[in-house]
Amino acid sequence: MPLGLLGKKLGHTRVYDAKGVVTAVTVVLAGPNRVLQCKTTESDGYNAVQLGFDEQKEHRLTKPLLGHLKKFNGAPVKRIREFRNFSQAVKPGDTVGATLFAPGDFVDAIGITKGRGFEGVVKRHRFAGGDSTHGAKGWHRRSGAIGQRLFPGTVMRGMRMPGHMGQVRRTTQNLQVIQVREAENLLLIKGSIPGAEGDYVIIRESKKRPKGWKPPESKVLAGRKADAAKKK
Amino acid sequence: MNQALLDKIESEQFRKDPTDFGVGDTVRVHTKVVEGDKERIQIFSGVVIGRRGHGLNETFTVRRISYGEGVERVFPLHSPRVDKIEVERKGHVRRAKLTYLRKRLGKGATLVKEKESRATVETAK
Repeated sequence: MPLGLLGKKLGHTRVYDAKGVVTAVTVVLAGPNRVLQCKTTESDGYNAVQLGFDEQKEHRLTKPLLGHLKKFNGAPVKRIREFRNFSQAVKPGDTVGATLFAPGDFVDAIGITKGRGFEGVVKRHRFAGGDSTHGAKGWHRRSGAIGQRLFPGTVMRGMRMPGHMGQVRRTTQNLQVIQVREAENLLLIKGSIPGAEGDYVIIRESKKRPKGWKPPESKVLAGRKADAAKKK
Repeated sequence: MNQALLDKIESEQFRKDPTDFGVGDTVRVHTKVVEGDKERIQIFSGVVIGRRGHGLNETFTVRRISYGEGVERVFPLHSPRVDKIEVERKGHVRRAKLTYLRKRLGKGATLVKEKESRATVETAK
C-alpha cells in the first residue's frame, strides 16, 4: 500500500499558484533512490523494498554492507531504508524519485528534529513562567510547584521538567505535495517538516490520506445547498 | 548547490515584464480582481513610498489620498495578481522610505518633486 522515499531537506521558499495564492513550501531533494533489494513473503517472510539514497565513497562503508550492495549491483550509498508493502512494482537496480508522487497527493514527512540541548520548562513544555515585572525577582522562567504535601509525599511520574530537547524522530502528517519537479528530482511540500536543512528525511504516502483520498463532505455546506434549493 | 536550486525555483516565478520603478515614483498598479466567476482589472494609483524584501519576497507600498483619506496598499512585486505596473512620473526623493508623507496634509501629501533627467539639467546650466 504505501509508497515511500528517502530525501534531503533543502530549504524553504514560497510558490504562487495560477490564482496568485502564495503557499509556503519545503523543498525536498527526493532521489534518485536506488532500489536495492526486494523482499518477498516467500523468501524473507514479509514484503518490502529496500531503497538507497545519496552517494558515498566506497572506503567509508563496511565490507559486509558493500557486499550487500554489490549483490544487488548498487553503487555505495549513504542511507538505506526499507519500505514495507511498496505499492509500485520495482526490481533491484531501478531508480525511483520524486515522480512517485503527484501534485495534490498527501504525504507524511519523517525527520529528526533540530537538537535544542538542555532546555528549561518554558521552551520545552510551553510553561508560562512568571511575571517579568510587577516586583518579580529571580522568578521568571521557573516551573512552580511540582508536588503536593506529605501525601502523596512524592513527585508524580512524568512530571514535566527541564531536560534535553529536540533531536528526536518526528513525523508530520498530511502534508500536501504542491509541485513535483522531475528534472531536478524535487518535491515541494506545503508547510514545514522536521529537521534542519541538509538533513535526511523520509517522505511517505500519507497514512491517513492515501492516494485517492477525498475530503469528507461538509454536512453544513450540504445543508446550506439544500436550503438554497428549497428557496428556489 | 542547494541555494542555487532554491534560487532557480524562485526566479522562475519572477515577473516576465519587470518594470523599472523606484521609491517616489507615481505608479498605476493594475491588479486582477475576481468577482464571482468574472475577472476584471482594478487600478490603484499613487506614490510608491517603499520597497522591501528581495527576490520573490519583494513587496512595494503605494500610498494615495482617496476621498480625503490616506490609503496604503502593499503589493507583492512578483504576484500574478498584479497584472501590470505603469510609471506615471518619476519622483526625486532622498529617502528609501517615504513615511513622512503620512504626516502631510493636502497638496504636499501627494506631491513628490519630479525627477529631472540628466539632459535637462545640463541644458539648464
